[in-house]
Amino acid sequence: MRFTKTDTVFALLALATLASWWLGEGAAVGGQHLGTAATLAVLALAAFKGALIALDYMELRHAPALWRRAVMGWLAVVLGVIALVGVGLRG
Amino acid sequence: MAERAVAPRLAGDGIVWLLVLAELLTFGLLFVSFAVARHLQPAVFAPGQAALSLHTGALNTLLLVAASWAAVRAVRAFEADRGDLGAHWLLAALAGAIGFLVVKTHEFVGKVQAGFDWATNAFTLLYTLLTGFHYLHVVVGAIVFAVLWRKARSGAYGRSHHMGPASGAVFWHMVDLLWMVLFPLVYVIR
Repeated sequence: MRFTKTDTVFALLALATLASWWLGEGAAVGGQHLGTAATLAVLALAAFKGALIALDYMELRHAPALWRRAVMGWLAVVLGVIALVGVGLRG
Repeated sequence: MAERAVAPRLAGDGIVWLLVLAELLTFGLLFVSFAVARHLQPAVFAPGQAALSLHTGALNTLLLVAASWAAVRAVRAFEADRGDLGAHWLLAALAGAIGFLVVKTHEFVGKVQAGFDWATNAFTLLYTLLTGFHYLHVVVGAIVFAVLWRKARSGAYGRSHHMGPASGAVFWHMVDLLWMVLFPLVYVIR
């Protein structure tokens, strides 16, 4: 069985998940809030994972541009609002 | 992988994509509600989120992406006219979905035993709505994989006929995509 891009994407998704887990673990163990830098890193990892799923697994890379923009736009807006409310307003 | 020189097209059936759009908007509203409510009531959300298991959420993330990977592998196998291999990958995807449900059910049962009441405050309400709705979508995804696997075993899918698995895979990837936002929002950022 040949190693394909599908497998590479899965490996990246798993690694990004482990990275988020590790970042979250620091705050969870200490019972503290996740810091600003860690919060932004976790959201960036979420954007990375979401983009991989949308473009490669949902095959939006080869889809009409309108659909690709709709899903990627949704991801950007939702994560952007979470970042703004979670970090921006926290001050 | 050879670049496909074909006109842009959506994977799977167009109807599934209308469903995807509706689900993204619905969950999007809940995600934003959770973020805003947490900002307004930090004292309510901090203990609620602290009581959630990060490990459970992370483990479930791995199970979801593994099932997505298996679903893509299944569709690729059908495209290559390898119906038997496709059936195996669908079974693997089903296993990932069931694994998620087992872990998540364990989390829910633990919450109920600890006296969790979904109507206590904004956190319990939004946590229940977000993870509960997502759980139901995973249940649907598991049923879809089971039906597809059954049909694949009887040789229903091949190079010229794999719209069913392709559409089922898109639905599952959406469930996965939603969790990619839900996991950091509810389990990691606290």
